[in-house]
Formats: sequence, structure tokens, C-alpha cells
Amino acid sequence: MSKVADRRSPVLVLFIWAFLFLWLVIAAFPFFWTFWGSFKVEGDFFSKADWTWALFGHLTPVETGGNFTGDGYHGAWVQEEFWRAALNTVIVVVSVVAISLTFGTLAGYALSRSTYNYAFWLLILALIFRAMPPITLVSGYLLPFYQWNLWGHLPTSIIVLVAINQPFTLWMLTSFFRNIPKDLDESAMVDGCTHFQAFRHVIIPVMWPGVITTGLFSLLLAYNDFAVTAMLLSKDNQTMVPKIASFLGTTQTKGNVMFAVASVVSVTAPLFILVMFFQRQIVSGLTAGAVKG
Amino acid sequence: MLLFIALPIVSVVLQSMYAPHEQVVVEVENCDVFGCKKSTMVDQDATRELRDAKPLGRFVGSDIYTNRSHLATSEVAIAWRDSDGLSAFFKDIMNLPFYRAMAFTLTFTFVVTPMVLILGFFIAVAVNSIPSLLRGPAIFLSLLPLIITPLIGSLILFWMIDARGIVGALLQTLAGDPNLSLKASTSLTWVTLIVYGIWHSAPFAFVVYYAGLQTVPKDTLESAMIDGASRWEQIRYVVLPHLLPLTTFIALIQLMDNFRVFEPIMGFNASAHAVSLSYFIYDDLGGETRLLSSAAATSVLTIVGVTILLMPVLIRAWRDFGRKQGT
Repeated sequence: MSKVADRRSPVLVLFIWAFLFLWLVIAAFPFFWTFWGSFKVEGDFFSKADWTWALFGHLTPVETGGNFTGDGYHGAWVQEEFWRAALNTVIVVVSVVAISLTFGTLAGYALSRSTYNYAFWLLILALIFRAMPPITLVSGYLLPFYQWNLWGHLPTSIIVLVAINQPFTLWMLTSFFRNIPKDLDESAMVDGCTHFQAFRHVIIPVMWPGVITTGLFSLLLAYNDFAVTAMLLSKDNQTMVPKIASFLGTTQTKGNVMFAVASVVSVTAPLFILVMFFQRQIVSGLTAGAVKG
Repeated sequence: MLLFIALPIVSVVLQSMYAPHEQVVVEVENCDVFGCKKSTMVDQDATRELRDAKPLGRFVGSDIYTNRSHLATSEVAIAWRDSDGLSAFFKDIMNLPFYRAMAFTLTFTFVVTPMVLILGFFIAVAVNSIPSLLRGPAIFLSLLPLIITPLIGSLILFWMIDARGIVGALLQTLAGDPNLSLKASTSLTWVTLIVYGIWHSAPFAFVVYYAGLQTVPKDTLESAMIDGASRWEQIRYVVLPHLLPLTTFIALIQLMDNFRVFEPIMGFNASAHAVSLSYFIYDDLGGETRLLSSAAATSVLTIVGVTILLMPVLIRAWRDFGRKQGT
């Protein structure tokens, strides 16, 4: 577009910048604030007397001797055994992503090559699953799981998370595979490949962008889940998010709040890194639904 | 996969029609020198046997749906008969736990959704007009509230609005009231939760709108400009119609997501003032006495609610699908 026509009045420009700045502060400031505060003592993080204490740490040097303290992290990770929860989270997240992607790619490829329009029904299923609060499903699972002695184990909640996630994964991968031209695997088969070889040598090399985007979303779902993991896991098998929720019950004792703050920061950090590296994929995944749906 | 969605629904419907067994009570006669006394005691063995034989409990039909903690039909009927005027009626209704949860859930859904649409649109327009070098970081920072675990995000805000936290203290100074606390009153708690909801979801609307803005047809925009349309008119008559399908999409996703609002209530520790349907179920499931059938009844009612909410969309999608098949 021509630059002249694009010129805006200075007032408008100023307004846009101010608005954007305000939004960015609202969006991001809480994270930086909490990150900074997690290295302080409770008296500084919650400083009613003078808010600059939280920035420069008035009580932290008095209580610990240094300007920053890792006490919160030490308390959470070592004393409260947060590392166990972190390990459980890693197990759950990796399994959920691996299982749902394996089934998702195979089934998605098969569905996309079929002549019937499965995509619509998958979309409807994914919609229904998305609309249903997970907790209503969990309340349906609970009683059978008690009876069959399945309650409290990691594999149980992995399966439930995969099941809740699968329609969405399938729908996304199906519509992605549809964009890979059919001619590609047909020409491979003309050259003498079997169906499976065509998939192995022709489709797999070009499918990674779609698989990565879909994987990111199953990862986020498994990582962020609270309802399923809180209800279906026993205390020893808890993942990070329910673990933090259980910290909250004991916040009255001094110091415990900082444990929770430190663990909250620990949970946020991987997400931060994830967004930093996969911003493009996340954005394209979020908008894919809008374009195709 | 169908198994996993169909079975729990069947399971909740079944569970919601059964109540836990009452304990088997036997009457025993104790005779001693002073004569015989009849006393009742719980027969543990018989109770356990009964529970093992029928783990679901006894069949009570729709009783759980109509009892006080769910639809409370008799209480509503009494309130309707006794209270004078609509406001008194609603006040009575709001004391019933299910209707209170329903009221909060609906208020949250229908306030947050439009606000998210509006805020997201303006952020998208603003980001779209800054130099492209700065757009990446701006998108990165904007995405954070969306990607964050809801429970974690609400905790972070909860600590900030604490009376000793930075925002809470600032509000106290601004209002000139040192005892102001956002957690103390019901209406302020609702406002806080709604603000959190907007903060959390606005990035989603922003991202979708931003992607939509990239595809606005340049030719139409230019011809509108040549025809003398002002900047506002260009947005009103070219950009907004182009984004309309996206708006439907965002609104749909947001309605669903907001209807199941749950984690913020945990994070903000707000269950005393605001309870959503999801939290209601969670509350029944957790704790010492697992009220499975009560939770199941609420679940069924929630599923009905979701279905009603989505009905218009599903019907439209079905018609579109039929049209596509037809051609």
C-alpha cells in the first residue's frame, strides 16, 4: 500500500502505542513480577509497608544475608519433594504426546485418504469433547476406576488424557494430511512402493510441520490439565499442577507461600521457553481451526 | 475413542439415579437382670454385603435431581408461592447451591465472551499497525496469559491482588480505603474472576483476529480509500465484515471454554463467593465423603446446559454439511 495513504494522525499513533503498551504490561508484567519475587522472602514479596521492598528487597538481606535467596526453591523442590511431581509430569506429558501422535498420524493419514468426509464428524466429536467440562467426564470415570482398582495410577490418567485429546488431534492431522497432495503417494506406488513404503518414504519426510503443531497442543493440554490429574491420581503420583493446589491448603504457615511461588515459577518456565521457540507453530495451530472450521 | 466419550456419559447418567445404600440397621434385644431393652445397631457385615452386591447403590430415579442441592423443585415452588415480587423470588433462588453455581457460570460466560472479542480485536488492530520488527515480541508477550496453566495464572494474579500484594495495595491507595480487599465481597470477587477470564482469553481472540487481518483484501481496502472512506469507515465496512466468520469461531470456542470455568475459582480461593458448575462437581467429588451420585447429577445437568448452549451452532454446522454434500 502506498505510504501516503497509510499515514495516520499523530494522535491516533500515540493512542495505538499507549494502548498496546498498556496491554503488554498487563499481559506480561505479572510473570516478571512473580519471577523476581520468587527470589525474595515472603515479607518482601507481600510488602504492605512499601512496595519498593519487593523490587529491591528490604527484608531479604536481613533474613538471609544475600540480596536474592533460593530458599523458596529449596523448600519446594527438596523439602516438599516437588521433583517427584515434576518427574510425574514429564512421564505423563511425554506419554500423552507420544501415544496420541502415533495413533493420530496413522489414523489421520488413513482417514485423509478415504473418500468419505470423516473430517466433519471428527470436527463435531472434537467440538463436543471440547465443550464438555473434563470434570463431568471424570465424575463418570471415577466409580468404574475404583471398582477395577485402576484409580491413582499414572497410566490411567495418561489414557484418559489421550482419550480426551484424541478427537482434536485426529481432526487436526486429518485436515493437515489432506493438504499433502494425493499424487505424491500415488506416484510412489506407481514406482513400485507398497502402501506402507509410500507412507514411510514419501509422507513421513513431509509431515513434520503438522505433527509438531499438533504435538504442541497435546503437550499443552497434558501439561496444563488440572481436573483429570487432580481427581484420578493418588497423592504419591501427583503431577505438578495438583501438587501446587495442595500447597495452597498449607499456606498459613510462614514460608510456605514462597514454596508455592517458587513452584509456580518452576512450572511457568518451560511454558515460557516453549512459546519462545514454537511461537509460529502455536499461532498457526490456533488459527488453523478458524480457517478450516 | 467413542467408548471413552460414550461410557462416562452413560456412567454419570446411571450414577445420578442411584443413591448410596443406607446402612443396614438391625434391632437387637439386650436382656439383663433389669429386664430387656431394645436397641438398634448397624449391621456392618450386612451393609458391606449389600454394598458389594450392588455397588451403584439403591435406585432412586430422579430424586437426586429434584433434591435441595440440585434442581430443588419443591424449594423453588415454595419460593414462587411465598415470595412477593420477582426480586424476592430470585433472592430465595440464589440461596440454592445449584442455581447459584448456574448464575455465576452464565454471568461469567456471557460477560467474558464479548469482552474478549472486543479487547482481542483492538489488540490485533494495534499490533497490526506497528513496525513488523516489533510484532514478534509483542505477540510473544501477548501469548503468555493464554498458554499459562489456568490454575497457575490465577495464582499469580491472586498473589498480586492480595491486600499485601502490589495491585491490592495500589487499589487500596487509589480508593483511599486501607481495608479494601477484593476477596471479601461477593461482587468484587465476581469482578476479579471476570477480569481474570478476560486476561486469560483475550490473546486467543487476538491471535485469530491478527491472522485474519493479514488476509484482508488489499484491493477492497484501496478502493474504499479512493471512494473517500475514513479510517474508521474502512474498518467498519471492509475489515469487520471480513472478520465476521472468525468472530463466530472465537465466540463458539469462548462460550465453551468459559462455560466450564473451574481452575480460577481454585486459584483465587473464591469458592465462598462464587461457584461454577464445574467447581460444584469437583467439590462433590473431592473431600472426605465422595458424593458420587450428587456429582453425577450435576454433571448430567451441565451436559444438558452445554448442549443447549451449542445447539444453534451444531444445527448450523449440520446444515452447512448437508449443503456441501448436496453439491
